[in-house]
Amino acid sequence: MFDYDKYLRLNKLPLIWCAGCGDGIVLKSMLRAIDRIGLSKDEICMVSGIGCSSRLTGYVDFNTLHTTHGRAIAFATGVKMVKPEMTVIVVTGDGDATAIGGNHYIHAARRNIDITVILFNNNIYGMTGGQLSPTTPFGFKASTAPFGSVENTFNISGLAEAAGASFVGRGTVYDAIKLDRMIEKAIRKKGFSVVEVMTPCPTAFGRRNRLGSGADMIKQLKEDSVSIEKASSMTAEELNGKVVTGIFVDKELPEYTANYQKLIEQLQGR
Amino acid sequence: MKADPKGVLTGEHYLDGDHACAEGALAAGCRFFAGYPITPSTEVAERYVSRIPMVGGIFIQMEDELASMAALVGAAWGGKKSMTVTSGPGFSLMMENIGLAAMMETPCVVVNVQRGGPSTGLPTMVGQQDMMQARWGSHGDYQIIALSPASPQEAFDYTIKCFNLAEKYRVPVLFMMDECVGHMTEKVVIPKPDEIEITPRRLTKLAPEKYLPYKTNGDLVPEMIVAGTGYKIHSTGLTHDERGYPVMSPGTQDQLVKRLCDKIKLNADDIIEIEEDQTEGAEVIVMAYGITSRVTLPAVFKARKKGIKVGYIKMITAWPFPEKRVRELAKKVKAFVMPEINLGQMVLEVERCAAGQAKTYHVPHAGGWVHDPEDIYQVIEEAVK
Ligand code: SF4
Repeated sequence: MFDYDKYLRLNKLPLIWCAGCGDGIVLKSMLRAIDRIGLSKDEICMVSGIGCSSRLTGYVDFNTLHTTHGRAIAFATGVKMVKPEMTVIVVTGDGDATAIGGNHYIHAARRNIDITVILFNNNIYGMTGGQLSPTTPFGFKASTAPFGSVENTFNISGLAEAAGASFVGRGTVYDAIKLDRMIEKAIRKKGFSVVEVMTPCPTAFGRRNRLGSGADMIKQLKEDSVSIEKASSMTAEELNGKVVTGIFVDKELPEYTANYQKLIEQLQGR
Repeated sequence: MKADPKGVLTGEHYLDGDHACAEGALAAGCRFFAGYPITPSTEVAERYVSRIPMVGGIFIQMEDELASMAALVGAAWGGKKSMTVTSGPGFSLMMENIGLAAMMETPCVVVNVQRGGPSTGLPTMVGQQDMMQARWGSHGDYQIIALSPASPQEAFDYTIKCFNLAEKYRVPVLFMMDECVGHMTEKVVIPKPDEIEITPRRLTKLAPEKYLPYKTNGDLVPEMIVAGTGYKIHSTGLTHDERGYPVMSPGTQDQLVKRLCDKIKLNADDIIEIEEDQTEGAEVIVMAYGITSRVTLPAVFKARKKGIKVGYIKMITAWPFPEKRVRELAKKVKAFVMPEINLGQMVLEVERCAAGQAKTYHVPHAGGWVHDPEDIYQVIEEAVK
């Protein structure tokens, strides 16, 4: 049995998450990935914004900062710049990272700063009770879209890819073992890495859209998932409503803090 | 502790206030700067970035002021003295994370080279219109420290003081410059490193298992740590207990917020710096800050020549407001006169503290230029009647 306890602030439990929420699956997957890499707890700085997923930083026994809505990546940038030797991980959600924090998300990707973003995509604002997010699918209901959304959605992974990230992958809480490997690769990557995790919010999204329990939603995720390989031979029509999973980007690119260090050394004539 | 020689450009210089502020930051040991360009403050960033790689530190131009303020709080928890610089519109955007810095008790310095507002207003022209925003701009109850320099020399000297106060009280300190001081060029003397007193970070000496990040030791300010040194703490913008853990209860809120305010309020005497001239026996006292404290002087001299007993107070500290001194003087003088480049901000504090014991006169200016000293003189004449 994997020893999760050694990574948790046990005196901070129980978790605030609802029964059936997928966030705990991501938390465990992340801890397994960290364990496989063999990082010490003190080497990790974990920064989060605001939302259900962002409450995760309270439970893990790392250096943790629970900051303001949308700004986690900007805080993490400050930490990484002055502590380049630390592993800096951002925990955020779809609304946090791509609505209010969208600008920080794309600019950190553009700089290719060595931060790993674990982005919990549950298609909704869970904590505030189910408002429309940039990834709420067209036609689905939210408390602020009671007649169904008439907005297009963001492709969160595509956004990071276009902005210049070194590593971009999408996984699901159904495929937790694959997720472990993906998070592991993302953390190991020297550069800006994003793992977008599809995770159910039965309380604020599922119930309103009659998607059943958390378990039902996870089963549905399994049905809807299509690997990149398989997706490449499918038509746009066939892909409608599907979740393409896998690693979209895995490149070696010049990393920002390393470039900065080089500049300092050059100027100081070392 | 004395200044790190690497950042100190000892000697006599001819600098504008913006450049002097950047030198002050370097001398104070500031080694992280996150900024976003905005007139009339950008020169501070430009000076800093051209010097910092050689000194050994970091400048990053962020995507906006929200991010700048966030990055500097992150860097502060990474152990660096950090700053950002902005003007009115950017200052508004920073308010969100200034509140977080106050809540997390993060030492940092925010410089606002004030221009005329509201909104885009007068980007290249002077204002002193963000003084109340400095005090109340972020949501919720908190106390803040704000200083205001009147010359490039003061921009240098008091930037250092801002950093020292930030460390001592673990609070964001706001340096409320104005466009005139930012852009006026004068002699600036930078002392030797061993003549510059620096307040180091209050790092805990307790072992990690004994340390509680928000537990205080009698003096209201908790000791800090640096990320990655074994303490693994949690810091949050939520209301938290001594462990740093979120606790949603009126009791915890009461304890925390009162302490955040008390650590400044109860130390006001230590924090506040004002300069007084002939306030004893004065009939009228003119109070001013920033560039206006200089523009006021000809009016004061003229009034004295005419036989009016005029006292003069230059406020270097704007927040906390020098309440105690104004209350004392209010019992003795007929009136206070406050010129400022806004339509009535700090004067509200003067009036509150005078509490009807002395009259309060305001000399407003909507911004774009400094007062005509004659306008200030006229009000002094009226106030003494
Ligand atoms: S509201 Fe949704 S996302 Fe939030 S804890 Fe509950 S199930 Fe999870």
